[in-house]
Amino acid sequence: MSTIADFKTAFMPNWCPGCGDFGIWGALKNALLEKGWGPADFCTVYGIGCHGHMVNFLKSYAIETLHGRPIAVAQGIRLANHKLPVIIVAGDGDTFGEGTNHLVHIARRNVQATMIVHDNQVYGLTTGQTAPTAQKGFKTKSTPAGVLEEAINPVAIALAAGATFVARGFAGDIPGLAKLIVQGFNHPGFAFIDVLQPCVTFNHVNTYQWYREHIYPLDSSHDVTSRAKAFEKALEWGPKVPTGVFYKIEKPTYEAQTPQLNEVPLVEQDLPPKNLQTLMEKFV
Amino acid sequence: MDINIKVGGEAGFGIMASGLLLIRTFSRGGLRAITTNDYPSLIRGGHNVILVRVADHEIFATDNHVDLLIALNRETVDLHKDEVSKGAAILFDGESFQVQPGDFTKPVNLFPVPLMKLAKEHGGDVLMRNTVALGATLALVDFDIKYLESVVKDQFGRKGDEVVQKNNQLAQSGFDYIKKNFPQGFNKKFTVSAAQTKKQMVLTCSEALGLGAIAAGMKFFAAYPMTPINGLLYYLAGVAEKTGFVYKQPEDEIAAINMAIGASFAGVRSMVATSGGGFSLMVEGTSLAGMLEQPVVIIFGQRPGPATGLPTWTTQSDLHFVLNAGQGEFPRLVLAPGDVEEAFDLTAEAFNLAEKYQTPTFVLVDKYLCESYFSVDLATLAEKKVSIERGKLVSEAEQIKEVEFPRYQLTDDGISPRPIPGRKGGVFRANSDEHDKWGYSIEDGPLTKKMIEKRMKKMAMVEQEVPAPTLFGVKDAQHTLVGWGSTKGPVLEVMRQLTEQGQGELVNYLHLNWINPFPSIHVRELLSDAKHIIDIEGNHNSQMIDWIQVKTGIKITDRINKYDGRPFFPSEIIEAIKKYS
Ligand SMILES: Cc1ncc(C[n+]2csc(CCOP(=O)(O)OP(=O)(O)O)c2C)c(N)n1
Ligand code: SF4
Ligand SMILES: [Mg+2]
Repeated sequence: MSTIADFKTAFMPNWCPGCGDFGIWGALKNALLEKGWGPADFCTVYGIGCHGHMVNFLKSYAIETLHGRPIAVAQGIRLANHKLPVIIVAGDGDTFGEGTNHLVHIARRNVQATMIVHDNQVYGLTTGQTAPTAQKGFKTKSTPAGVLEEAINPVAIALAAGATFVARGFAGDIPGLAKLIVQGFNHPGFAFIDVLQPCVTFNHVNTYQWYREHIYPLDSSHDVTSRAKAFEKALEWGPKVPTGVFYKIEKPTYEAQTPQLNEVPLVEQDLPPKNLQTLMEKFV
Repeated sequence: MDINIKVGGEAGFGIMASGLLLIRTFSRGGLRAITTNDYPSLIRGGHNVILVRVADHEIFATDNHVDLLIALNRETVDLHKDEVSKGAAILFDGESFQVQPGDFTKPVNLFPVPLMKLAKEHGGDVLMRNTVALGATLALVDFDIKYLESVVKDQFGRKGDEVVQKNNQLAQSGFDYIKKNFPQGFNKKFTVSAAQTKKQMVLTCSEALGLGAIAAGMKFFAAYPMTPINGLLYYLAGVAEKTGFVYKQPEDEIAAINMAIGASFAGVRSMVATSGGGFSLMVEGTSLAGMLEQPVVIIFGQRPGPATGLPTWTTQSDLHFVLNAGQGEFPRLVLAPGDVEEAFDLTAEAFNLAEKYQTPTFVLVDKYLCESYFSVDLATLAEKKVSIERGKLVSEAEQIKEVEFPRYQLTDDGISPRPIPGRKGGVFRANSDEHDKWGYSIEDGPLTKKMIEKRMKKMAMVEQEVPAPTLFGVKDAQHTLVGWGSTKGPVLEVMRQLTEQGQGELVNYLHLNWINPFPSIHVRELLSDAKHIIDIEGNHNSQMIDWIQVKTGIKITDRINKYDGRPFFPSEIIEAIKKYS
């Protein structure tokens, strides 16, 4: 059995005091404990941003990639070793600015991974420019007159792209978020969790207070197997904002549909293959 | 004896397939053959040409003159009439269009064959007239049609006996037509001697790259379609399942290299392939592999740029791009094979280098190599023993001794023992931020300096294992040609022809296929001894001249360049050399 201490590193988080990243970090550790995973039982794949600093505060197999690329790297890991659970920790900039393409494709491929998006509506690390998830009119240093575009809707995009598990959590609700993450771990396929994450330094609109006033949990009357119902809920953003599992269905994963991966992971297979001579003879 | 056969016609009418049947037929009959193709970036409506050079001796390149023109449309005659040599044979469908001896600048022999009519008589369609033409061609050069029949059987066998039989009847009808109407045939003829019937493979360098990767135990391959690496992509996609590796077509080249890095991190040998445009998207990922110290093999098939350039033509213009790709300083290893055998060997070698030095490693090829077919003795590849050296990859037992494994441990050679995730202990992280030995992010100056030195030390280490380059030909030739990659074939062909003419002393050739690390000491020595050096490259800027100067201090001034999208032809090289004589 692992304990919280197993995940400790020599570094204390350098996030701003009160940052929503603390809540996500805590919820993730609680979820890992509940799942019974220790640091060697999974691999975390990070993007670049304030969220990505977690690579230094959570001991586990991990790879910090480039801004926008954690999804692509995670899929390579899964194909090489489909027995290794993968957790993707990314920012809203990673996911919807630099790397939207990858999100759309991992969702339709249904590669098994749990993706946690730190949705703070800003680029925290680069000191508060607008993110694609920022609401229209939101003022930042890079949009002094307010954002002109409509905000990206992460839940709707994940649904449209074909994700088989789509949820939204709140960094201010650690037990609730931990539960969602565990459901993500248990989901046989791509699990997408958009996490509303207050950035106390650069986002003075979507604060803890604002979220507490606006969010409400989806209850048991919501049919998680209906994509249409999920879309309907996904489009709600004010006066109330739903959280919880929007959609959850089971479909074969990419890994399960790849015959080469059915038995032993690629990483444990012998190299080179036995059919080299036969392959050469084919050219005669 | 050798013959250059050119098949020309409208795109979409099986021109390439016909060329392929021809090279397979001749190779099976014991002859040596090479084909190169010219085609526009269209599916239908453009002009397609395939050139098959076939000989009863070793050959290294095709040439730009034509001894036997198979014109499937009139345009082929119009476009290629000046290439035909004196006494050439022109095979065409005399009932579809007219061709006169006066169409050509040199005297030729016309062989009108009613291709369409014969095809229809035997129940074939317009595409099948090519098969009639192939049969007629074999009759012209007196080559046994049984070799074509056996190739047809292999090629069409899975479509059923009926298809095989029909194709053979069509070929036979062309063959018989020539024998009956032109019994004297063409003045160049082949005989197949028993001694020449060693088993030969017919393959492109793309396929050789693929076989090299398979022999090296590649387990993950990602590539987004782009000429000229599609042949490699199709080949590997086709054999992935039965061979036991994964080919993934990703959403873009950015995903390709990042997936490959992920797979490499997870412990398997991984590879990507692309051309210049796609590699532009992989540049940041190359740098990531450099920082994470993650082995990855990058097949780079050059085609003319800038931008979309000439998508279906050839070049050697991306040498500097590859040598400098990616932000920051880290070892970028670059190999540049010049033929099928080197493509196989150096791809396998690239996997070893990438893993031993934990850094991205390139195999730089081009459209000419990727899409030309070569006949090669089966034994040349089949008897190779490929050694697999995984460097400092640690065993599970070693790794799990540690609770936390120091992934970026500072060592004397700069190479750190490499653990992999998913084992039951020895956790570690790979980090694209500058990091300490544990992989944790750092920003302190002295450690940053150490880490950069650590990564660059690997360059000094790999430099110790560069083999001496090959100097082909006599030692003290009048001119020393210096080239790399695909220039090898045309230059060796030049030397073969010169030797045949008793001028073997005129030229020798220094072939560079290890670009980085570079065989600096050997090259300095060899070039210092040379009487007159000429750099030869398929680009405008003679990029290798700069690299040789950086690496040896020697500045080459005389140069031969070609940058019209076409490969070098031996005859034009001879002409260029003679200007210096
Ligand atoms: C290719 C590239 N472009 C830009 C940057 C600079 N950059 C680093 S983090 C970041 C944005 C981070 O925003 P987000 O992903 O939302 O993470 P957060 O800091 O908000 O957690 C940017 C633009 C980079 N590192 N790489
Ligand atoms: S800038 Fe915002 S997201 Fe980054 S650590 Fe500070 S509060 Fe958190
Ligand atoms: Mg953000």
